[in-house]
Amino acid sequence: MRRPRTGVLGVFAHLDTTTDAIRRLRAAGYEHLTVYSPTPRHEIEEALESPESGVRIFTLTGAFTGTGAGAALAIWASLDWPLIVGGKEIVSLPAFSVIMFEVTVLLGALSTVAALFLLARLPRIGRAEGLYHPSLSAGNFGVYASVPRDRYDAVRDLLTQSGSEEVYLDER
Amino acid sequence: MANAIRSVFHPHVRGYADVNRDALRLLGKPGKGYVALIGMSVGLVGLALIAFLYQVAYGIGMAGITNPVGWGTFITTFVFWVGIGHAGTLISAILHLFRAGWRQSIYRFAEAMTVFAVLTAGLFPIIHIGRPWFFYWLLPLPSQRHIWPNFRSPLLWDVFAVTTYLTVSSVFFFIGLIPDIAAARDAATVPWRKKVYTILALGWRGTDREWKHFTRAYLFLAALATPLVLSVHSVVSWDFAVSIVPGWHTTIFAPYFVAGAILSGVAMVVTLMVPVRKIFHLEAYFTQLHFDRLAKLLILTSCIVGYAYGMEYFMAWYSGELYERDVFWDRVTGDYWWAGWSMITFNAVIPQFLWVKKIRQNLNAFFIISIVVNIGMWYERFVIIIPSLAHSYEPWKFMNYHMSWTEAAILMGSFGWFFMWFLLFLRFLPGLAIAELKEILPPPMKHHHPAGHTAKADPAELSEELPLGYKEFEKR
Repeated sequence: MRRPRTGVLGVFAHLDTTTDAIRRLRAAGYEHLTVYSPTPRHEIEEALESPESGVRIFTLTGAFTGTGAGAALAIWASLDWPLIVGGKEIVSLPAFSVIMFEVTVLLGALSTVAALFLLARLPRIGRAEGLYHPSLSAGNFGVYASVPRDRYDAVRDLLTQSGSEEVYLDER
Repeated sequence: MANAIRSVFHPHVRGYADVNRDALRLLGKPGKGYVALIGMSVGLVGLALIAFLYQVAYGIGMAGITNPVGWGTFITTFVFWVGIGHAGTLISAILHLFRAGWRQSIYRFAEAMTVFAVLTAGLFPIIHIGRPWFFYWLLPLPSQRHIWPNFRSPLLWDVFAVTTYLTVSSVFFFIGLIPDIAAARDAATVPWRKKVYTILALGWRGTDREWKHFTRAYLFLAALATPLVLSVHSVVSWDFAVSIVPGWHTTIFAPYFVAGAILSGVAMVVTLMVPVRKIFHLEAYFTQLHFDRLAKLLILTSCIVGYAYGMEYFMAWYSGELYERDVFWDRVTGDYWWAGWSMITFNAVIPQFLWVKKIRQNLNAFFIISIVVNIGMWYERFVIIIPSLAHSYEPWKFMNYHMSWTEAAILMGSFGWFFMWFLLFLRFLPGLAIAELKEILPPPMKHHHPAGHTAKADPAELSEELPLGYKEFEKR
């Protein structure tokens, strides 16, 4: 099922009521949920049963690319103008390991950031999808269910029963 | 009572809303003291700029460095500021991996300190090279003769280490800021502030998708920053240790420098935290517990540094190396005896007072000790660099170093530069890590209060696992 463009936002003051709402909505078959929280909570992730984040693949790939790139730069540049310094080998791997390590960390970190931006879809430009409420960054939790308009009443009832303090309908 | 359970770290913080209120209060209208402080900092930067331009116009001879002391105040101050940065990464990355809950409230200050300290440190090699417009010669860029920098040289390793460190710590700092800038955006009332925060927050809304990737990315950044921070000061130490100058050529240098860096950095964290806590009334966030743990870190690193001092002398004696012995004897009895003894007293002896609970818990005393350690750590770098060069090998080439006025002005200006950035940060970006502080507060729960805990309003009775809320959750 495609994600509907309309939906309902329930604002919660408590964590347990939020996770209750998530479980109830999922049990009723509403899978397109966006949960807002002021801080990361493992309870929410557990209630959503979302798959593991893919950031780690990016970090690993970036880090190993960095190791290779650092080694390649140092080795290639040393071979490009072979000059014996201090009686050491032209390709002096123990010395180059420092460069390899630093570039590993550099590219590992930058690819981690790139992964965060790609996977979390940041920066968000233009009109945001779904409803938001400024209190969600302060202390409240929010559950936004993307549903077609004819389900508004059913979802509102579910959210209110779970303990939502305020329910907003997307009337845009 | 919705919030009868309090965090053991912050017993006076009632809940999520308190954190937002207190953290965003820092962004309010600045007082006169703030304007005066920032004016002073900018003044010092101006002074340094004049000295620097003077040095550019008349040449590097304006600095006191000459043969045999080719490395002077600039390199000393470079090592000093790189070291200051280390405690920030220790607190933000290493303690994050260790899940040390007490780090949350002080980490943002410490990480900001890291970024600004490395930003300050990065200026010094460029000032030191004398012809700053050729700084790109340090980088591995192709030239028309295809000559590349020497990858076997620790100086080039240092270029890689410091630029990587600056990049990674800035990234770590800004990524951590995104959710908190979003909180500042949602609460902002001044239109221009709202606009700026909206852009900087990158559209962050705290959705489950965002948090999932954010927490993993943050974890991996911390995991990458941890070996990085240990490597950076090791590489800085190899700038010295890989050479054959007596007093520098020691295998103990890498761990010795890393411990020294953390000692100086933690001291700087305390130097910054004590006034900030007082001025902005952050007593609920920087508690006695935080200062206690910082004191432990200071004592530990001070002991390691003290051990390294002793071991250096032991090795100089035990090796039977004439020049090595001579340099070390000269450090405490020669022309620089005052610097040598300051270093030992300020770094290895005075921090030991923190074993005494009364001194540790007296913030004025702790503040003074932290400043003394800062001075001592500058002296440590001075003692390692200058007397070793001024007094090595043959007596005919012994010559003392004298700091010139340009060097003194640039040294003072570096403090102005650092504090200027730090003060600007305090007023424009959330200084308390809002989202991360909430991680260690008990989450607001409507039902399911675990029996037996609700009555315990006394924070001393709560165990350390409680504030995380795991037990309450499991009992449901």
